Amino acid sequence: MAQTLSFSTTFDILDEIRTFVGEQAREAGFDARDIYSIQLATDEAASNVIEHAYGGRSDGRFEVSCAFQTGRLIITLLDHGKAFDPSQVEDPDLKAPLLDRKIGGLGIYLMRKLMDEVRYESTQAGNLLTLVKRKG
Amino acid sequence: MEISTKEFKHCDMVLIKGRIDSSTAPQFSKALEAVIEKGVYKIVVDMSNLEYMSSAGFRALLAAQRTCKRYNRGEVVLASVPDRIREALELAGFTELFRMSRDPLEAVGSL
Repeated sequence: MAQTLSFSTTFDILDEIRTFVGEQAREAGFDARDIYSIQLATDEAASNVIEHAYGGRSDGRFEVSCAFQTGRLIITLLDHGKAFDPSQVEDPDLKAPLLDRKIGGLGIYLMRKLMDEVRYESTQAGNLLTLVKRKG
Repeated sequence: MEISTKEFKHCDMVLIKGRIDSSTAPQFSKALEAVIEKGVYKIVVDMSNLEYMSSAGFRALLAAQRTCKRYNRGEVVLASVPDRIREALELAGFTELFRMSRDPLEAVGSL
């Protein structure tokens, strides 16, 4: 049974989102490390929505859903703003020296490494980002 | 999130209590910038009471490290980095960019 919460596009809601997915992950029996990974990945995803979907406006809204089924925690973020496909963003160069290290794309890269699946779809209902973590 | 700064003979220490994310990262940046503006380029970031840090915090650290290491005048050292945060820093390829110390005062002594 998926639980869905609605949020404004302001960074101060990140705490609530982390608590939301953290509790679901805890209930599903994930260990501390996985709970942190799930919270971090969702934070990075939500931060991107807030930054990019509504052109930095704080009066937008987006939804975060969370469900645990068949051993997988499935988190979705749905926004109705500008399409933003994270798979189009290049991985940062993790071997670049300090001065050449690019900071862009770090959040998306972390999302992909921390979760087992990251899917993006542009749907009728809006932009849907799906994050999946399998219970190990 | 609470930030405080301690002055030592050869460096400043920035102590963070709480969580750094997109909401609180600007505060963290400001604290680092304030030290740098004084002309202090050796900074220990005490993470003993840091519960969480997202890439917004990594960005702030990177900017500070770039400035401090310029002309070899100093560096940012991370102290008492919690396991979860260290793992994320490793994932992001950041552990090679920063010296890390188990103990904040040991970090101070090394600068």
